[in-house]
Amino acid sequence: MIPEIGHFALIIGLCLALFLAVVPAWGAWRRDPVAMGVAPSLAVGMLVFVGISFACLCIAFLQDDFSVKVTAANSNSLLPPIYKFSAVWGNHEGSLLLWALILCVWTAAVALLSPQLPLLVLSRVLAVMGAIAVGFMSFSLFTSNPFERLLPGMPADGSDLNPLLQDPGLIIHPPLLYMGYVGFSVAFAFAIAALLGGRLDASWARWSRPWTNVAWGFLSLGIMLGSWWAYYELGWGGWWFWDPVENASFMPWLAGTALIHSLAATEKRGVFKSWTVLLAIFAFSLSLLGTFMVRSGVLTSVHAFATDPARGMFILLFLAFVVGGSLTLYALRAPAVSSRVGFAWVSRESLVLVNNVVFLVATLTVLFGTLFPLFMDALGQGKYSVGPPYFNAVFVPLMALLVPFMGLAPMSRWKRDDTARWRAELAVPAVLAVLCAVTLPLVQAEYNLWVALAVLLAAWLVVGLVRDFWYRVRGSRSVSRAMRRLTPSYLGMVLAHLGFAACIIGVVATSQYSIERDLKMSPGDSEQLAGYTFTFRELAPVRGPNFVADEARIAVTRDGEPVADLAPQKRRYLASGSVMTEAAIDPGLFRDLYVAMGEPIGEGGAWAIRLHYKPMVRWMWLGAILMGMGAFTTALDKRYRRQRKAARSHATEALHGA
Amino acid sequence: MHPVRKQRLILVLFIVLFSSAAIGLVAYALRGNINLFFPPTEVAAGKAPVGQPIRVGGMVVAGSVERSQDSLAVRFELTDYEASVPVVYEGILPDLFDEGQGAVASGELDETGMLRATEVLAKHDENYMPPEVADALEKSGYDHKGNAK
Repeated sequence: MIPEIGHFALIIGLCLALFLAVVPAWGAWRRDPVAMGVAPSLAVGMLVFVGISFACLCIAFLQDDFSVKVTAANSNSLLPPIYKFSAVWGNHEGSLLLWALILCVWTAAVALLSPQLPLLVLSRVLAVMGAIAVGFMSFSLFTSNPFERLLPGMPADGSDLNPLLQDPGLIIHPPLLYMGYVGFSVAFAFAIAALLGGRLDASWARWSRPWTNVAWGFLSLGIMLGSWWAYYELGWGGWWFWDPVENASFMPWLAGTALIHSLAATEKRGVFKSWTVLLAIFAFSLSLLGTFMVRSGVLTSVHAFATDPARGMFILLFLAFVVGGSLTLYALRAPAVSSRVGFAWVSRESLVLVNNVVFLVATLTVLFGTLFPLFMDALGQGKYSVGPPYFNAVFVPLMALLVPFMGLAPMSRWKRDDTARWRAELAVPAVLAVLCAVTLPLVQAEYNLWVALAVLLAAWLVVGLVRDFWYRVRGSRSVSRAMRRLTPSYLGMVLAHLGFAACIIGVVATSQYSIERDLKMSPGDSEQLAGYTFTFRELAPVRGPNFVADEARIAVTRDGEPVADLAPQKRRYLASGSVMTEAAIDPGLFRDLYVAMGEPIGEGGAWAIRLHYKPMVRWMWLGAILMGMGAFTTALDKRYRRQRKAARSHATEALHGA
Repeated sequence: MHPVRKQRLILVLFIVLFSSAAIGLVAYALRGNINLFFPPTEVAAGKAPVGQPIRVGGMVVAGSVERSQDSLAVRFELTDYEASVPVVYEGILPDLFDEGQGAVASGELDETGMLRATEVLAKHDENYMPPEVADALEKSGYDHKGNAK
């Protein structure tokens, strides 16, 4: 019964989405306040019904209702309850329903949290979101119905969730990532609404900006969690593989990074208006492209759940419709919304432009590398694969090129600045950065040029930020007074840029200083790695809730002092019989020790053991968290709220005037 | 020239220069870093280049996996049931690597027709076959159990 309620609720959700896509748009066209006024209630209704639908699917999983096809295929009665819950989105159908649910959350949030928006704009924005919701809900209902039953012939037990997905990281990774992915639909909807209205002013950027920043923050956190999960769960110790599916989430992030900067310039100075609109369309199109690549099965990856051509075709058509439609609208309307605000070459606008060009080129090179194998295959030229060396060779120089300008930006002035002032201001950070680059790598025995370069770039960012921060708070009588002088959008920028610096250090230090050894160890053996002694004490059988495992107990010491006891496992899951490596990690701010088991070798109880020493690997995840927090901080800026009251009275006046 | 036009011109020049640099970088990076997939039949027919990075995929021949007793070296054969290719690899194999299952090995062929693999990928869950392997089997006309279609 419950799955039928869920199915029915999803159908009602689709109907409401259809109304939301049509009625307010018609109202905006006819300037009919009643038709426009229903938009927020329709958006909330849509959230309620899709929420009911999602809750029903969760109940089916938690109650082990194996008459539901997805439950039977992706859950098991032995599965711990928390993983039964996350199994809801550990499959194609359920993750699509999550997509739809999160789209509804964003739509309802725009409807409820935007009293400052004129009704005309709000109804257009919600109509565009409704149209996207129609696309995804019909995709869910017509090609991948999560409530399909296996009646008669219901299995006695489910065939279990893929063991790789039985992990706490995977409980929050998909929702966070989708919050980011889908969040760009808000930026997209605002862009389309602006094109439809033919008016793009600073207030448009001000409305759109907090949403875009928050979506970007979620996407940063989602990508970071995915990387962290791959690191400890795949048992390889890698944290970024340039796998097509990682790229699928990374491309919207890159385009989104360009977008949040160009939006800032549009809001503050009214420049790059039509360019910003194009970037918003671009970022959301890349989100859809990512969904297509992941959900169509054209790629080999952990994320490719299903290989049903009908599904791929549906998203491809939807993608063509969204991209084609929005670009046509852009071509027709962009000349009307463009404007001319001048700026000098030496100015913050130029630096934002550099950011945009670099991030756009980075997006395109990643896009090219990701799609190249698909194109060659489609043209019958053979099955190519483009590996990490390509992406590293292209991406790393681009980012290195970005940083010198990035360090300049916080202290630069809008509209017109002075190179003499830049020289005077930046002499100190430049000298300090060089000093850091020369001295800090000396901590390690061997002087590494790449690390020195990374320290140079990161120090250039950090010193510049700290100095600028100091100039802004200096002379205040108290800390609280000093903090009040700083706007949340400034603080958010500082956090995010510091996060970027931490990422640079983390990525380069890990890649350069990591020591990885695969070797054969028998109980009693000891191995030296980076000054640590790893002793394989014993091998023990272990039993978990739904698996049995061999556990290697490994003691780590340094100069005779115990450091950690690590217990990696080789698990065999009972329901599916699949084997999985569970790595053991001793985490630290400056180094991780990582141990994983390979396979047994010979008869004497020896195992292939993977020992890794990974310095500063956590810095890049820490950096990504800082970036996410920075993005959230900017959305707290008072000017978005202050504007709200003013706009409300303004809107009331306008309504009475009309 | 009108200052607005001039600014536009500089902007366009900047973008053109920058993107050509990027395209050059892409072309350079692509040259050595892409590799082509070959089904075992084509490798056996000598169509695959020797000493260049390639990928070979197929089913792991049952009974062909030989592990060294004192190191991590392993030797196995990949087949599409028309021909098979011997592979040597040193390191830890993925969890789902097994005899009679699909796998893709990337590495370089030596003169004797042996693939010296630097990476071995297996499928990542029970019901999944790497698309390249599925395609290679499609071409050779056998299903994954080795029965002719």
